[in-house]
Amino acid sequence: MSNDDLFRQLKFRDPARARALAEALRHNMDAIGREVSVMHVCGSHEQAIARFGLRAVLPPGLELIMGPGCPVCVTDGPEVDEAVALAMQGVRVCTYGDMLRLPGTARSLADAQADGGKVEVVYSISQAVELAQAHPEEQVVFLASGFETTAVATAAVALASPPPNFSILSVHKYVPAAMEIVAASKETHIEGYVAAGHAAIITGWAIFEPFAARTGAPVVVAGFEPLDILAALVKLTELIREGRPEVANVYPRCVTKEGNLPAQRSLWRAFRTVTGRWRGIADVPGGNLELVPELAALDARKRFRIDTAGVRDAAAEEEAKGCICGRIMLGLATPEHCALFGTTCVPESPVGACMVSSEGQCRIWHTYGGVPDLRKVG
Amino acid sequence: MKETEDMCLGVPGKVIAIDGLDATVDFFGVRKSLRLDIVDEPVQVGDYVLNHVGFAIRRIPPEEVQETLALFDQILEVSGAKEDLMAADVRGEMAAGKDQK
Repeated sequence: MSNDDLFRQLKFRDPARARALAEALRHNMDAIGREVSVMHVCGSHEQAIARFGLRAVLPPGLELIMGPGCPVCVTDGPEVDEAVALAMQGVRVCTYGDMLRLPGTARSLADAQADGGKVEVVYSISQAVELAQAHPEEQVVFLASGFETTAVATAAVALASPPPNFSILSVHKYVPAAMEIVAASKETHIEGYVAAGHAAIITGWAIFEPFAARTGAPVVVAGFEPLDILAALVKLTELIREGRPEVANVYPRCVTKEGNLPAQRSLWRAFRTVTGRWRGIADVPGGNLELVPELAALDARKRFRIDTAGVRDAAAEEEAKGCICGRIMLGLATPEHCALFGTTCVPESPVGACMVSSEGQCRIWHTYGGVPDLRKVG
Repeated sequence: MKETEDMCLGVPGKVIAIDGLDATVDFFGVRKSLRLDIVDEPVQVGDYVLNHVGFAIRRIPPEEVQETLALFDQILEVSGAKEDLMAADVRGEMAAGKDQK
């Protein structure tokens, strides 16, 4: 088989294998013989699950919940306020497209843009560096959001001596810390986790071993094709059935045990973990990534006096409107539980963060037809 | 294809040109420029890589694509669903045959 043929198979959408995996899943659930809730912690997994209608083929009794897996959604209102304040101070703020309409406590970056603030959407932090090079007379700040995989790209740029008029406003979050919060929650009873494949490419799968051993919940690392996710659920239910709180990797084409070591070295040379607030969730110990003191010159929080006086508690205001994003991100509710979903809260005029980002569960469910669970139809 | 989709669904791209740390990569017909700063191994033209926000994060060795496919079949065997895979195939063929009549 030529390499090209092999990579065409990377689409991993073979119907016979999919049917067989669905049957294997049913077999495992029959053997378990009771209801089981498992969680995935990745907006990209939710996109694949919704897009391919995978919940419709899950056996009865198996609940697949999305946890705090959308980095845009968990960016807190006051973090957005900092970027808005910079833009209104005349700094050119660059960020990923999803961040534009994320509500701050008073305004979003889109609002700031409409009010004359300099806000620019870039696809990559490299483009923000190029903008800084093209406009040496301006200050360019990259609002750096995303989990560890994205933070590695930020680290690479931070360590590569960017131009003097470039700095970084890090709102990067670290997923393993949030998994601890979910596992410690008394309200959820999650028996196993599907871990995000891309994050694991960087960190390696062994990073989840202490978590699995301590919480008693197995973890399976999965890719983003339908077969990847089905295979992960088969493996996860097998480990639950056998009472084995272990880590398995069904994404060996991309994820290794130790991960991308040079990338990890860059990540921890550029960042350290600090306690940070995740929108709708809590203060998460070790949940935020802050530039290390050696890179303080690149830290927008140190370079500028960011005045966000008068910020309000956006989450509380959204809650007052009836938004349940916080509960959705903790896996305690799904969008169908929200009275606003699809009525007053739609992608064109989102109320909460989960409807803003293409990785948010409300936005994904709305895009792929409301509640993507055919068992509930008819 | 929307950019968020290539980024998120883990679609591999084929490297068609390299200039220093910048690579031009073809994602099933969509061309993108990717940085090679953080990829795990040296990348050459013709290699397949995964993209994350404009950075290649992984060179995918062809052997490991095979390994994933083999793993799926192994999972099925352990779960005792191997026969079902065949049955599903046979049912598919029977159904196709019926359509032709």
